Amino acid sequence: MSNSYVGLRAEALESLLIEKGLIKSDQIDQTISLYNERVGPMNGARVVAKAWKDPEYKKRLVEDGTGAIEEFGFVGGQIEKLVVVENSDSVHNVVVCTLCSCYPWAVLGLPPRWYKDPAYRSRVVKEPRKVLEEMGTTLPKDKTVRVWDSSAEIRYMVLPQMPPEWSDLSESDLAERVSRDSMIGVELLGLDCSA
Amino acid sequence: MLVDLSQVAENEYGLKRENNAMDGIHDLGGKAGFGTVEVEDDEPYFHESWESRVFSMVVNLGDNTDRFRHAVERIDPISYLSDTYYGRWLGGLETKLVEDGFVTQREISEHMRANGISDEGRVAARPSEHISKENKSQNSEQYYNTPRPASSEPRFQLGQTVRAVPTGSDGHTRLPAYVRAKKGEIVAQHGEWIFPDSHAHGLGEMPQNLYTVAFSGGELWGLHLEEKTEVRIDLFETYLMELQDE
Repeated sequence: MSNSYVGLRAEALESLLIEKGLIKSDQIDQTISLYNERVGPMNGARVVAKAWKDPEYKKRLVEDGTGAIEEFGFVGGQIEKLVVVENSDSVHNVVVCTLCSCYPWAVLGLPPRWYKDPAYRSRVVKEPRKVLEEMGTTLPKDKTVRVWDSSAEIRYMVLPQMPPEWSDLSESDLAERVSRDSMIGVELLGLDCSA
Repeated sequence: MLVDLSQVAENEYGLKRENNAMDGIHDLGGKAGFGTVEVEDDEPYFHESWESRVFSMVVNLGDNTDRFRHAVERIDPISYLSDTYYGRWLGGLETKLVEDGFVTQREISEHMRANGISDEGRVAARPSEHISKENKSQNSEQYYNTPRPASSEPRFQLGQTVRAVPTGSDGHTRLPAYVRAKKGEIVAQHGEWIFPDSHAHGLGEMPQNLYTVAFSGGELWGLHLEEKTEVRIDLFETYLMELQDE
């Protein structure tokens, strides 16, 4: 049982809804299992790894993210339209939702707490370089920082740059190395992170 | 011109306009004072069991994302900042379930007392007595806010410089305060989508064109801050105006 007032109130609401027949306990359990086990950043990482290995796929992914992820058959976290934004030597992309906490569930799972907290949501649109630096990523001054504020139903995922030292790895090995934070855009991948 | 929701405020919500204005605590872009971003290593999706239960109840009972978002925006602002994400969701869920007539707050309190728990605490939910399920009839049974087949030509073209309107609407809106009255460039057209400002209030889908608009950091925050930054944000057609409109 929860110790917080909010938790206790949540438990009271749940038992009331079950008593009224509006929801079933196992229905609640099933959704939690789905999101704990099958929906997560490992899905986005597979997409990124495939794009790195297959230039044709990358082209399709950047042109039509929604269509390009269909073949993976991800379950849960419906996205009406996914836009994949590619990092380059001249542009670094980072994603936020200043009004609530919109996040591409289908490819990244449920967001970390910091993504939903006021500090990130308020600051990253205004001082993205400073926020990223505090989070451990220093971006070159000559690189444009492009912040995507997900204010409608379009969801954004960052396609990070592949570190050159990873070029010989297989697609599945690459997928294991693609971090959630690199697909939100708050981290650069590879050894030389601050280059 | 934004959709005029004053009629909603009077007829459906029975609220004064200023009480219903949605420049609420949730509109965080550019606000100061929240400190550094606190990152937790190897963070679980849910920190406590009740968080996962709330998440699942919202996902399973959701019938209109826009109304749910508006319910979250209307919770007690102190709770908004102190209850964490799933606490905010609980406040929104409770608000919506009460307004839709499924439960009452007295029933929730009785359930807490029946479990031997004091029901004295800060309740996030702020249901309005004037909203009832019957008033939601103008919306379709659409949960997700989906793209619609294009029926009107986009008013703004790629590359065009536009200005975001200077004011918000009285109710729910997806036009954050920090871009209002700022100049930006249309960088993508997305066709027509359900308009959250009407859909959240049960006024129907009113689909309209959606655009991605790029605003330079200098335009938004002044030139003294950070160099070479920009914000790209998805804005509905009625949030935007042509420069010659000025």
